[in-house]
Amino acid sequence: MKVLVAVKRVIDYNVKIRVKADHSDVDLTNVKMAMNPFCEIAVEEAVRLKEKGVATEIVAVTVGPKAAQEQLRTALALGADRAIHIETDERAESLAVAKLLAKVVDEEQPGMVILGKQAIDTDNNQTGQMLAALTNLPQGTFASEVAVDGDKLHVTREIDGGLQTVALTLPAIVTTDLRLNEPRYAKLPDIMKAKKKPMDMKTPADLGVEVASKVSLLKVESPAERKGGIKVASVDELVDKLKNEAKVL
Amino acid sequence: MSILVLADLHEGQLAGATAHVVAAAEAIGGDIDVLVAGEGVQAAAEAAAKLNGVTKVRVADNVVYAHQLAEPLSALLVELADDYTHVLASASTTGKNVLPRLAALKDVSQLSDIIAVDSADTFKRPIYAGNAIATVKSDDALKVITVRTTGFDAVSEGGSGSASIEAVDVVVENSQSSFVKEELAQSDRPELGGAKVVISGGRGMGNGENFKLLDGIADKLGAAIGASRAAVDAGFVPNDMQVGQTGKIVAPELYIAVGISGAIQHLAGMKDSKVIVAINKDDEAPIFQVADYGLVGDLFEILPELESNI
Ligand SMILES: Cc1cc2nc3c(=O)[nH]c(=O)nc-3n(C[C@H](O)[C@H](O)[C@H](O)COP(=O)(O)OP(=O)(O)OC[C@H]3O[C@@H](n4cnc5c(N)ncnc54)[C@H](O)[C@@H]3O)c2cc1C
Ligand SMILES: Nc1ncnc2c1ncn2[C@@H]1O[C@H](COP(=O)(O)O)[C@@H](O)[C@H]1O
Repeated sequence: MKVLVAVKRVIDYNVKIRVKADHSDVDLTNVKMAMNPFCEIAVEEAVRLKEKGVATEIVAVTVGPKAAQEQLRTALALGADRAIHIETDERAESLAVAKLLAKVVDEEQPGMVILGKQAIDTDNNQTGQMLAALTNLPQGTFASEVAVDGDKLHVTREIDGGLQTVALTLPAIVTTDLRLNEPRYAKLPDIMKAKKKPMDMKTPADLGVEVASKVSLLKVESPAERKGGIKVASVDELVDKLKNEAKVL
Repeated sequence: MSILVLADLHEGQLAGATAHVVAAAEAIGGDIDVLVAGEGVQAAAEAAAKLNGVTKVRVADNVVYAHQLAEPLSALLVELADDYTHVLASASTTGKNVLPRLAALKDVSQLSDIIAVDSADTFKRPIYAGNAIATVKSDDALKVITVRTTGFDAVSEGGSGSASIEAVDVVVENSQSSFVKEELAQSDRPELGGAKVVISGGRGMGNGENFKLLDGIADKLGAAIGASRAAVDAGFVPNDMQVGQTGKIVAPELYIAVGISGAIQHLAGMKDSKVIVAINKDDEAPIFQVADYGLVGDLFEILPELESNI
């Protein structure tokens, strides 16, 4: 089956962000960018499905500015066969991304779409669920295990109380949790080969999707800073402070 | 304004999170209905009717809603949503699974994890692992929102059961997804999200067996036990114990971090705790920058001493 993987370009997870002085947004100038960690897990899962003979072709898709092609190249180096870049400089919210991906699903007819559960910039955790709604497909979110069983997909989901397994009809939408797999690193020869793999360019207009959203970002602030406290010298002092100063014991 | 709150269930019972979501609904203002959807959920509906501020409880009790799978639940919500200006759920794994699906079916955006209500259309939510707080305004006709429970104090129980309970007879079809099994952690301890005291262990605990060192302290303090991702990844403890950006968000009176370095992703889940204690052998560990009380030393010596001193 064909597997579609959605990857997002985001700030590197190790970078500590700064809010712009005018509070209009977060300052991303000269900040290290990378593939969203949950998308790395999505790509890895697709590659493993191909290695198992379940997937026959892997198509990586991104919605974003020209620079997002770097993340598509990474996906190609990791094992995707071809890529689709939907180029926009606008801030594409989850609903718009889901609409664009739904168009791609329409054109490509994949057996499975794998997305990250959450982009670590907006922390939205929505796009996969929205894509499932728009394509009228079942969803296996926050997956820690995925197994094809005949015409069904078994997805083990990380839920608040523990683990839940659901069986979905195919095609299906899957979103990845951290423990689904441990992504590999791209090898240099594969990075070279990835440069020659095909990449399709499209715009939201080509697909007939309006990117503008009805949600506006009014302000971005830094959270209340926690003042660092003190170091205590012993367990006795700690217990005393907790009882008599903080009064939490 | 009329608001529909999707109740959170835990093994068929009303989960504590719902009272926090009702509080968020009160901050928006207007009539508040609670939808209890599941199988055999009459007791949960009665518990929801006791929450202060609730006008009406709507109960969809049918096998198709068992385990609150996203496909039937969002289809049900689509049928009910036209009566409301807002649909709210907690930012639990159920709320996060169902509400975006509802939003897309209604062709509206969804706001995740709000922590404050500025007005009926303007909300605050953390982004970038809580390192920035965004104020967002929604011009959508229907607002679909998940609520971070730590942002809103739970409404109390009126005890009178004053809200009316009404059956919803909408039954949707679901041939796409089915429940196979669930492995739920069994514990007598308080739920992580609602506990007044949380003690969490990290990679420094060394192995799963050593987490027992936290048990005695947790027993004495009535605490829930949490963990860092590194501890979960290493297989010391199960995934439902993970605190952080991509795990549970907690804000107890007292949070004790043991053998946890303090990565931003972990801090995202606990830095709104009232008092933070860090126990770590590395005096440069970043966790000390947010700790009210830091104790530098070997956890294997400190924990037994702490247990006997409290
Ligand atoms: C996309 C993404 C999402 C993530 N989400 C989360 C999340 O939700 N929650 C989360 O926690 N992490 C998350 N992480 C992982 C995070 O980046 C860190 O890797 C993780 O929090 C580290 O866990 P730790 O502090 O237990 O381990 P380490 O960083 O290895 O720290 C162990 C600490 O134990 C101390 N120690 C060791 N032995 C002893 C001893 N005998 N006595 C006292 N102290 C000792 C050490 O000094 C050290 O400070 C995420 C990462 C990514 C990429
Ligand atoms: N701009 C984008 N381009 C491609 N995929 C995206 C984009 N935004 C979100 N996604 C996918 O949706 C997942 C969840 O993102 P979100 O719902 O925004 O938190 C990500 O991990 C990606 O797989």
